[in-house]
Amino acid sequence: MPKRVLDISNVAYRWPGRAGFSLTVPRLSVAEGESVLLLGESGSGKSTLLSLICGTILPDSGKVCIAATDTSLLSGGARDKFRAEQIGVIFQQFNLLPFGSVLDNILLPLRFAPARRKRAGNAAAEAAALCAALGLPEDTVATKAIALSVGQQQRVAVARALIGHPPLIIADEPTSALDANSQAAFLDLLFSQTTTHQTSLLMVSHDPRLGERFDRVIRMEDIAQIKRAAA
Amino acid sequence: MILRLSIASLFARALTVGMTVLAIALSVALFLGVEKVRTGAKASFADTISGTDLIVGARSGSVQLLLYSVFRIGNATNNVTWESYQDIASRSDVEWIVPISLGDSHRQFRVMGTTTAFFEHYKYRQGRSLAVSDGAIMDDLFDTVIGADVAATLGYSVGDPIVVAHGLASFSEHKDQPFRVSGILEKTGTPVDRTVIVSLEAIEAIHVDWQSGAQVPGQSTPADVIRQMELTPTAITAALVGVESPLQTFALQRAINEYDEEPLLAILPGVALQELWGIVGIAETALLAVSAMVVVTALIGMMATIFSSLNERRREMAIFRAMGARPLTILSMLVLEAMVMAAVGALLGMIILYVGLFIAQPILDSAFGLWLPIDAPSLREVWVILAVICAGAIVSMVPAFRAYRMSVADGMMVKT
Repeated sequence: MPKRVLDISNVAYRWPGRAGFSLTVPRLSVAEGESVLLLGESGSGKSTLLSLICGTILPDSGKVCIAATDTSLLSGGARDKFRAEQIGVIFQQFNLLPFGSVLDNILLPLRFAPARRKRAGNAAAEAAALCAALGLPEDTVATKAIALSVGQQQRVAVARALIGHPPLIIADEPTSALDANSQAAFLDLLFSQTTTHQTSLLMVSHDPRLGERFDRVIRMEDIAQIKRAAA
Repeated sequence: MILRLSIASLFARALTVGMTVLAIALSVALFLGVEKVRTGAKASFADTISGTDLIVGARSGSVQLLLYSVFRIGNATNNVTWESYQDIASRSDVEWIVPISLGDSHRQFRVMGTTTAFFEHYKYRQGRSLAVSDGAIMDDLFDTVIGADVAATLGYSVGDPIVVAHGLASFSEHKDQPFRVSGILEKTGTPVDRTVIVSLEAIEAIHVDWQSGAQVPGQSTPADVIRQMELTPTAITAALVGVESPLQTFALQRAINEYDEEPLLAILPGVALQELWGIVGIAETALLAVSAMVVVTALIGMMATIFSSLNERRREMAIFRAMGARPLTILSMLVLEAMVMAAVGALLGMIILYVGLFIAQPILDSAFGLWLPIDAPSLREVWVILAVICAGAIVSMVPAFRAYRMSVADGMMVKT
């Protein structure tokens, strides 16, 4: 059985301040190098699940293990650092700090993750290499993030997620802001990078058409239950 | 990198940040400016008289004596007899003595009777002597030397006749003996600028036909008769004294204070000035407090700016969090940002102050006789700037703590 990068078991989470609302995820795992598409409508608890995986919120019970570490056992600060070390995050849009240069944005996670920084070696050179591999013009590195098109910004976000090769990439609807052609091109680039580096990818989307490119497609309603208090 | 991103973030919000920095800069410039004017005024004040070791007058209060003899404010309650003056003048430890006789006025300016020794011994602003800008020091009985403000206000030039009034703000003028302006003094920034100086004998001369403060009816002695008269004064108002050696100052002071023939008072000008400044100091402190409040207001303005920027920057904070920044990092970034704003504001304020000083220095000197030196920033000013930066950091804690709580609650997902 291949090594698991992400392993969730019996996680339960109650939203604070909203009595009766709770999310339970009995089991979810992602193997090393595996790409998983998680389909779910809005309101299905996707965002909460991602927050649980990333450790910005803690489950009330159960375990979230990333790279064989139970994140709920870590202190708040250690969890933040652990996230920087182990997970590359790509948002739907507005991924970049608009006032920072592309290079600043790509190198940002390394600032909080010394081990990942070491893995990256010459960080600036690797950032440039990633940009080249993602089809960004060479001189983009120095430009301000705000000057880029949305498609370019998303590619910079991929470069940022990939730098220093974290074992897991979490992508939250990264293609929803792109048109169909760009979506395909974007996924091509993303997959070419994750396969090269044997990086696991967990992508969340509401679009089932993307499914064919992934190793595995799971539906939110199959793995998680949301309980609502009786009205 | 965090500092660079913080600065880049500030630049991205250049307008609001610029306004905030400007407000801090102006408030700091105001505060330091008030401080400059305060120390400058204090120095100018202390510079009014220098080189004089003791001021002698009739027994009253030391501040009162200083006020009427040097600042021409208020009146002497009593005079010093000419005999006492002679006694003091003849002491071996007295190097020089200058008699002063006050009590008459010309328009709104006071008339001071003295000897030519006054021009030699009266010193201001660290030992500067009086200088005549036009004409010469008086050498005739009816000659007068006027201060720069007197000449400027009344439009007098050398050779003009002037009439001295008896008493202050009085309508009974000594019309019989008109004086002639023989010289105009250079601007000094001291009360001398507002004084009409005549000889001691001239003060006697104009009172020849006067008794008990009123002119004797029908009596008018012609000027050439007066010139023949013995015009030794019977009393003077005060005297400035220089001692042979500074060590003798206190002994002489005690001797004068214990003078048997007449109750006299000798004061050290420096000590009396300190005493006077102690009284004036309350207003000065109030002024300083007000300008400190302005600095506080500017810092609170900065706090409001940071507060209002928080909502639009939620996403920015979420990105930082997703990249592994701790909520504490978010907090310290905001504090750092505030400190950068406060520091830039304080330094800009310093620049504004110096530019302002550079422009205002000659104007203040000629208009008010207030000399503000342009020095390198004093240690005190450096402390003020550090205090502003620290206060900025403290004030920013409030919005920073809110950002901390927001980033804990939001995590990396901004709920919009």
